[in-house]
Amino acid sequence: MNGTLSVVTIVLSLALAAWAAVTAARNRPPDRGHLLGLAVVEASIVALLGAAVASVATGGRPASAGTFIGYVVTILLLPVLGAVLARLEPTRWGAGVVAVIGLTVPVLVLRLQQTWSAATSG
Amino acid sequence: MADTLRRGPGRILVVVYGIFALSAGARAAVQIATKFDEAPLAYLLSAFAAAVYLVATVALLRGGTVWRRVALASCSIELIGVLTVGLLTLFDTAAFPDDTVWSDFGKGYGYVPLVLPILGLWWLVFVGRRTRAGNAR
Repeated sequence: MNGTLSVVTIVLSLALAAWAAVTAARNRPPDRGHLLGLAVVEASIVALLGAAVASVATGGRPASAGTFIGYVVTILLLPVLGAVLARLEPTRWGAGVVAVIGLTVPVLVLRLQQTWSAATSG
Repeated sequence: MADTLRRGPGRILVVVYGIFALSAGARAAVQIATKFDEAPLAYLLSAFAAAVYLVATVALLRGGTVWRRVALASCSIELIGVLTVGLLTLFDTAAFPDDTVWSDFGKGYGYVPLVLPILGLWWLVFVGRRTRAGNAR
């Protein structure tokens, strides 16, 4: 896995989470800015996964293919789910959902890295 | 009522429950398929935990009187499960050679498995009270 792109994705996602948490704390609904933030995080995830696919050509392999693909599907869907729920719930809780998604993506990036480089328990 | 359970804070609960149902379920499936013999108890427990998370997710989404009870039951089972397994992993490490979602009170998952059923029960009781107050009027 590409280290730089992983760090970029994690930082962007955490920044979005912090922003959305502040929005929820101020009792505001998520706005276009948050949707744009989710789109940016998604783009960064796509770039990260694109780099991973490209590195297969040069011998890169996930240690556990099934688990890796499971994480890939989940991480790709999370920002989309966040956007849908942010539209459905135009209250502070919608912003809360965006914050939760923003905190989950970094965990999944770390798990993706683990399943790519070494065998783990799961 | 059918709607209220999944609105507001309920949306966040549904998202977190959904993520846990998926991750615990996928993890249990991989463990049972590839190395069931290593730690059958731990992997069966993982599968059970995943099923409880899935039921809670569906119950929160569906709402209504019956589903609210189902949600109450699954959140309670979850809380008992995470506390029991948490204590067992402290005192009887031999029974759990491999980690589950509930090992060490959910430490491997940032203690979310410990906090989640408490928040879930709070939300269910809160909505229940609000509904009864609404009916009484």
